[in-house]
Amino acid sequence: MVIPPDLRYTKEHEWVRMDDGIGTVGITDYAQDQLGDVVYVDLPSPGKQLSQLAVFGEIESVKAVSELYAPVSGEVIESNGALADKPELINESPYDEGWLMKLRLADEGEVEKLMTAEQYSDFIESEAE
Amino acid sequence: MGTAGRAGTMTDQPAAEALRRTSLHAEHVLLGARMVPFAGWEMPVQYSGIIEEHQAVRQAAGMFDVSHMGRFELIGPEAAALLRYVCTYDMTRLSPARGHYAAACRPDGGIMDDVYVYCLAEDRYLLVANASNASKIRDWLRRHSRRFRVEISDRHTSTCMIAVQGPQALERLARVLEPDFINSLKPRACGEIEWENAFVFASRTGYTGEDGLELISSAAAGPRLWRALLDAEVLPCGLGARDTLRLEASLLLYGNDMDETVNPLEVGLGWVVTTDDSADFLGREALQRARDSQPQRTLVCLKAQERGIMRPGCSILHSGQQVGKVTSGSHSPTLGGSIAMGFVPPELAAEGTELIVDIRGRPLPARVVPRPFYRRPRAAEERNA
Repeated sequence: MVIPPDLRYTKEHEWVRMDDGIGTVGITDYAQDQLGDVVYVDLPSPGKQLSQLAVFGEIESVKAVSELYAPVSGEVIESNGALADKPELINESPYDEGWLMKLRLADEGEVEKLMTAEQYSDFIESEAE
Repeated sequence: MGTAGRAGTMTDQPAAEALRRTSLHAEHVLLGARMVPFAGWEMPVQYSGIIEEHQAVRQAAGMFDVSHMGRFELIGPEAAALLRYVCTYDMTRLSPARGHYAAACRPDGGIMDDVYVYCLAEDRYLLVANASNASKIRDWLRRHSRRFRVEISDRHTSTCMIAVQGPQALERLARVLEPDFINSLKPRACGEIEWENAFVFASRTGYTGEDGLELISSAAAGPRLWRALLDAEVLPCGLGARDTLRLEASLLLYGNDMDETVNPLEVGLGWVVTTDDSADFLGREALQRARDSQPQRTLVCLKAQERGIMRPGCSILHSGQQVGKVTSGSHSPTLGGSIAMGFVPPELAAEGTELIVDIRGRPLPARVVPRPFYRRPRAAEERNA
């Protein structure tokens, strides 16, 4: 299971990558594996204000539907348009081409409340038990 | 990411009770299958991925461990008479080496289970029941068998059942079993053959909308047969693909599309209700009455007109009013987009009717389409069979 060291993670299996006040958000490799084949994702439009851990969308695999939670507060500046026609990018490339949305962070300090890669690794191990 | 809903009853289970394992359990674990509880059994939901497995069955050949399904052997001079009494279809019309689908109904016409019955000989039949209904049907058969000269044997744990399905299923099966035997089986026919000192029962039936065979062997021979099929390039497939395949073929799932509150006529199973004979069978009077009157509701096929996935339990709306519920729904790998089945009043059942399906508060336009969603291209020899 791939867990890149430079990202931060939620207990709901989202990741955020920080770059100059902009956070890119996606779901983890573990999450896409648990979901199975993703066939549909519902994402917010630019301009939408999200608070930390608010539901921002839905992701559907063949078998199930799950809600998506914002790792940090902020304003949506872009969602991944490529996923409309190729939702399978989330399975194939969860940390890169399968990203979900970009946020302009309201409070960069919130990132510190999220798990590091090491903590997330321990977390999914404890969840699996 | 948090769970907002699941695709129906497929993995819904009462907790705690120890799960039963099929004789192929170790094979599934070896192949890295994801195992889930299903109807009291620990079953593979997927191996390589639902869509890949689905496509293998539509385009080549896949196999499913269906050993969790109930299997009962009925032996005796009045086996056919008992089956006529408990099944809606007149099983006395079956000749040896043929099978037929039917419902087993309560006296009020409610469906106890949908079953497949095979005639092995005039005094020997095999009945296959849903896993979730196996013990109910065993008790039901035993209770009604008292006035018939018939012995009922439960073959659930002593045997193993594997469904091999797909356009290339027969070709790949011919690498394992005697090709002449396989070629002799016409659609819905069945027979038995010896294979490596074990007996294998085979029927040209299935639950995917594709051609193929369902095999039953002793539980002991099961793993050997499974491995031989793996060597013949048949892809192992789980319950996830089985569900999307059967939905595309508009085949009903007990517990989703029917239960004891639904009669066969409401779900398009009128063709397995024989009322042109004089024989008494359970549910006959109620079903005759239902046949003579206007139905209250009917099961239709729906295709979503926009992005979004219809799931069991979603409300079906018309003119702002709730008119029914989705009973089965998923993404369709073959057709693209979402397909579903659900109940609506008969006046809204016509092809082309525009309806709205409520996806957790979001209205999704859907259209009534012909049943089935998917029909396989048939070979000429099959059509003439």
